[in-house]
Amino acid sequence: MHLILFIVFAGLCLAGAINLLLQSHPMMSALSLIVVMISLAVIYLLLGAEFLAAAQVIVYAGAILVLFAFVVMLLNAGREERTLGSRVAQNVGFPAVTAILAVIATVILHSHGLGVARLSDGITSIDELGAVLFTKLLLPFEVTSVLILIAILGAVALASHSGSKTEERTGEE
Amino acid sequence: MTIWWFILWSVLKVAVVTVVMLLGVAYTVLLERKLVGRIQNRWGPNRVGPFGLLQPLVDGAKSFLKEDIIPTGVYRPLYLLAPVLALGCSLILIGVVPFGDPNVELHDFAKLYGSRIASLVPHGLYMFQISDVNVGLLVILGVTSIGVYGIALAGWSSNNKYSLLGALRSSAQLVSYELALGLSLVGVVLRAGSLNLNDIVNQQGTNGILSWNLFGGMQFVAFFIYLMAAYAETNRSPFDLPEAESELTGGYHTEYSSMKFAMFFMAEYGNMINVGCVATLLFLGGWTNPFGNLFGTSHNIFVQAIMPLCWFVLKVFSFLCLYVWVRGTLPRFRYDQLMNFGWRWLMPLAIVNIVATSLWLAYR
Repeated sequence: MHLILFIVFAGLCLAGAINLLLQSHPMMSALSLIVVMISLAVIYLLLGAEFLAAAQVIVYAGAILVLFAFVVMLLNAGREERTLGSRVAQNVGFPAVTAILAVIATVILHSHGLGVARLSDGITSIDELGAVLFTKLLLPFEVTSVLILIAILGAVALASHSGSKTEERTGEE
Repeated sequence: MTIWWFILWSVLKVAVVTVVMLLGVAYTVLLERKLVGRIQNRWGPNRVGPFGLLQPLVDGAKSFLKEDIIPTGVYRPLYLLAPVLALGCSLILIGVVPFGDPNVELHDFAKLYGSRIASLVPHGLYMFQISDVNVGLLVILGVTSIGVYGIALAGWSSNNKYSLLGALRSSAQLVSYELALGLSLVGVVLRAGSLNLNDIVNQQGTNGILSWNLFGGMQFVAFFIYLMAAYAETNRSPFDLPEAESELTGGYHTEYSSMKFAMFFMAEYGNMINVGCVATLLFLGGWTNPFGNLFGTSHNIFVQAIMPLCWFVLKVFSFLCLYVWVRGTLPRFRYDQLMNFGWRWLMPLAIVNIVATSLWLAYR
């Protein structure tokens, strides 16, 4: 049962990801990304990470991708023309990607315990999750929050900068 | 053998609950029309059946028989998917809600008919909850947040400026208010120490109304925030900007007709019921008796099973009446007022509530 569900949703996830790249309309790409996110949530659920699965749906599918769709709708973005990229990208990019993927695959296949996810027997309660998050993983947790804070500050700085510029321009007129 | 019992029982429960939910949606529409009618000093629908009670059925038949028009400019796959998504998300939520005492199982009733029948029925066939999920509250939040795609895609795929404006307003509104909604629930989760809806209800069930999160739990600020955010999440008045008739003709469902429009309509009322269920579970003690053990408990097994269900339905019904009352009383917000209220008032208030609740729980 687990295996069937895993194959179905892993396939759906990959199909969504490939569709995301092949679609020429940004809205279709955003929708494919939603399929990817929800399939990932189901795979987390299969691994026994209930909380992570729910958080994945709420945060990625429910908030971030709504914003993506919002921006696409707001800008009323149309179809994009398909280009094959520059010659450099074709000649160097594809071999480089293949090489990197090969290296990653070799490392995962040769080392033990890496890339192997164990099916959990029970369910991780939210208490345990919180305890681990605020003791053992406190530093990465805080560093991530600072990172997000910096990103927010950057966005505010950029937005306020361009806002004051337009104000000046209207003032001159 | 046992596995077949479980499969059959689950299918039966899902079928019954879906039918009851759809009937509830139909009669919520009638309740609203009746109550708003009385608020505006008129009778409301009273021609079809006694007191107009058959009106929802006639309305349903009317939507089925109307011509189904698909405008030529729409993007068909998404145009057809959107109403299904909206209605699906609003009907799926009841699956995690314990709408009666979840410990009552079929085995208890089978015992009444002798030990031979009782031995046939396995344990664990619970009657009043479809599935007991460990992170039930998060499932509710997740499905609600997926529901917005129904509206957003409807507006975008209709290829109509009013629909698009409605969809834009709706996604902005939902993203803004979902934050306040989620934060307002943290106080309740802190008190219960669990995301399981049954744990949250049981924790409020000890002393009747005094141990409800709304009163004994001191979560009235959270309840107020939840109420405001819930009006915004369900696109109901006074936050019904996505379908403001006077500005956007109909908002996101302008281009929909016949049963597809009815599906959006049903999704909206289904969401009202869902919000009522969640408010009941989190703040009003769920299916527990508001009088606690004041009048003692009945020994009749049928009364024991039915009474929690009645309390739950009564609480949800009161919540729906509150909804209609607000709709009949308050005018619509302006868009900038909506955003200001959400971000400048509700969000900070919700964070203050979390801090205050944590301090209270730590130092009491």
